[in-house]
Amino acid sequence: MNSLLEFLSLSDPNVRMVVWGTTLLGASAGLVGVFTLLRKRALLGDAVAHSILPGVCLAFLVGHSKAPYVLLLGALVAGWLSLLSIDFLVRRTKLKADSVIGLVLSVFFGLGIWLLTSIQQSGVASQSGLDKFLFGKAASITSQDVSMFGWVVLAVVVILLLFYKGFKVLAFDEDYARAIGMPVRLLEFLLSTITVLSIAVGIQAVGVVLMASLLIAPAAAARFWTDRLSVMLLLAVGMGILAAWAGAFISFTAPSMPTGPWIVLALAALTVFSMLWAPRRGVLGRWLRQWRYARKIALENVKCIEDLVPTGRLDLKRRICRHRRKIRLFK
Amino acid sequence: MPTSAIEVHNLTVSYNQRPVLWDVDFTLPEGKLIAIVGPNGSGKTTLLKSIMGLVPLSGGFARLFDQPLADVRSQVSYVPQRESVDWDFPARVKDVVLMGRYRPQNLLRRLTRLDREVADWALEQVRMKEFAQRQISQLSGGQQQRVFIARSLAQQANLYLMDEPFAGVDAASEKAILELLLQLKDRGKTLLIVHHDLNTVRQYFDWVVLMNTRLVAAGPVEEVFTEANLQAAYGGQLTVLAQVADRVQEGGFPVRKKEVKI
Ligand SMILES: Nc1ncnc2c1ncn2[C@@H]1O[C@H](COP(=O)(O)OP(=O)(O)OP(=O)(O)O)[C@@H](O)[C@H]1O
Ligand SMILES: [Mg+2]
Repeated sequence: MNSLLEFLSLSDPNVRMVVWGTTLLGASAGLVGVFTLLRKRALLGDAVAHSILPGVCLAFLVGHSKAPYVLLLGALVAGWLSLLSIDFLVRRTKLKADSVIGLVLSVFFGLGIWLLTSIQQSGVASQSGLDKFLFGKAASITSQDVSMFGWVVLAVVVILLLFYKGFKVLAFDEDYARAIGMPVRLLEFLLSTITVLSIAVGIQAVGVVLMASLLIAPAAAARFWTDRLSVMLLLAVGMGILAAWAGAFISFTAPSMPTGPWIVLALAALTVFSMLWAPRRGVLGRWLRQWRYARKIALENVKCIEDLVPTGRLDLKRRICRHRRKIRLFK
Repeated sequence: MPTSAIEVHNLTVSYNQRPVLWDVDFTLPEGKLIAIVGPNGSGKTTLLKSIMGLVPLSGGFARLFDQPLADVRSQVSYVPQRESVDWDFPARVKDVVLMGRYRPQNLLRRLTRLDREVADWALEQVRMKEFAQRQISQLSGGQQQRVFIARSLAQQANLYLMDEPFAGVDAASEKAILELLLQLKDRGKTLLIVHHDLNTVRQYFDWVVLMNTRLVAAGPVEEVFTEANLQAAYGGQLTVLAQVADRVQEGGFPVRKKEVKI
């Protein structure tokens, strides 16, 4: 209890950075993840996360710095290139989208690993820290990082608010969006940009491999609780933030525990919980409704039979009574 | 005052180098209820999409009201095939109908009271008012179809391109939808509708476009909707049907005659 209070007071400056940092990236991943999920682009999110690595490494090599903005620029360019090459290959070849995504993912990621390894072997003094883009390292989030995450979240929120209607119709019915003359190319460009940005900041906490879950899980969990897009967006942000705090708290109480993976585990727990318990779409909710319905029908059937039994037949009445009790209890 | 609603010239569309529309050429007048008829895979959906600029053309062009699509977009309403969207999307009936009020011009603005009133009116037209708050995944196929039509009505267009609005719709709904289309026609609108039920073409439509990758014929129903043109469009598939029909006319089902060996 004490440690919870101490954690929530955010008096430790290190804890503060981790909490604010993961909160911000949980929020941005939650927001863009809703559209990734609704447009059925979950695999694409995974590919972008992997493809960012060579961009980060090249930005480091070219810019001779690991200032967050330099690396973010590299990440953005590489993420964009991967999206463009996937798009190009899908349109120009007969390959299926999932094979193209797999192909681009592994080529970019392979390149990234190669660059990362050669940077580490070259012994550049300031090389340490680049591998946080591979495995994620929430504990190393600096105040500079936090301010950058803040700008990313601001950009995501502003773009989503401004173009909300466009993104909504694009996600629901792309042909219709084109037919009414929506600037679909611009909308797709904006959506991809904020997605790449969110992924680029997200992998610094959870790493390349777990990034797809940070993107998709909040949206998937939120979907169980609502049938409205606006509410789903808010819930996804809430889930992202909740998981971020849970992860930060766990690694605060047990310092050997890594924050990022715990964020993802918390998200998984939230998703499973939602899947089971959400009132209308959840599994248990559905069972409960079906069970109540079945019981109601069974009781009504018993009532119908009872009405048919002649008054003198006490033995039959007793048996029906027993039957009804059984339905009440178990059925 | 333009007299042609749709003008299509030498339109050719291919997917992966395989032509799906080949040199299609026709002109359709304003103020008519027009059917597009042809077998599965004959390119009906592709024709609508290419008129709406949704698929790249290999050749030819389409003009609407004697102008390029870009200049008359706000007057044109497109209703995609119902199966083309995922109905499990988090939206209510009302939200989808309101999309009929989206314009590039109001992309950055909020919808107005007028927009909401028009959407309400459109829902009333398709008799779905009481479903306004319903989640779209909890609708039957026919109800989903009516939501799409309401969205289209909310656009208040002059030309309507609808892809199989009668698919999966029961007889009562079909009648209601047909009445709506006739009302639109009476108000001078043009409707181009992909239709599958050959039995009702004569009864519902003024004009018909018969196609099978190439254009078979386009014109008033009584002139164009002939046995010969249908044969040309449906090829072998229809001959079987026609032969059965002939035998039935000759007297009873052939299988019931003892002398016929099966
Ligand atoms: N995206 C696509 N990629 C490749 N081929 C396609 C694509 N869409 C359609 N086709 C092909 O183009 C042809 C025409 O398709 P289209 O959907 O226009 O037919 P249709 O007349 O609408 O058929 P239906 O009556 O079944 O709706 C078909 O042979 C189909 O296989
Ligand atoms: Mg079709």
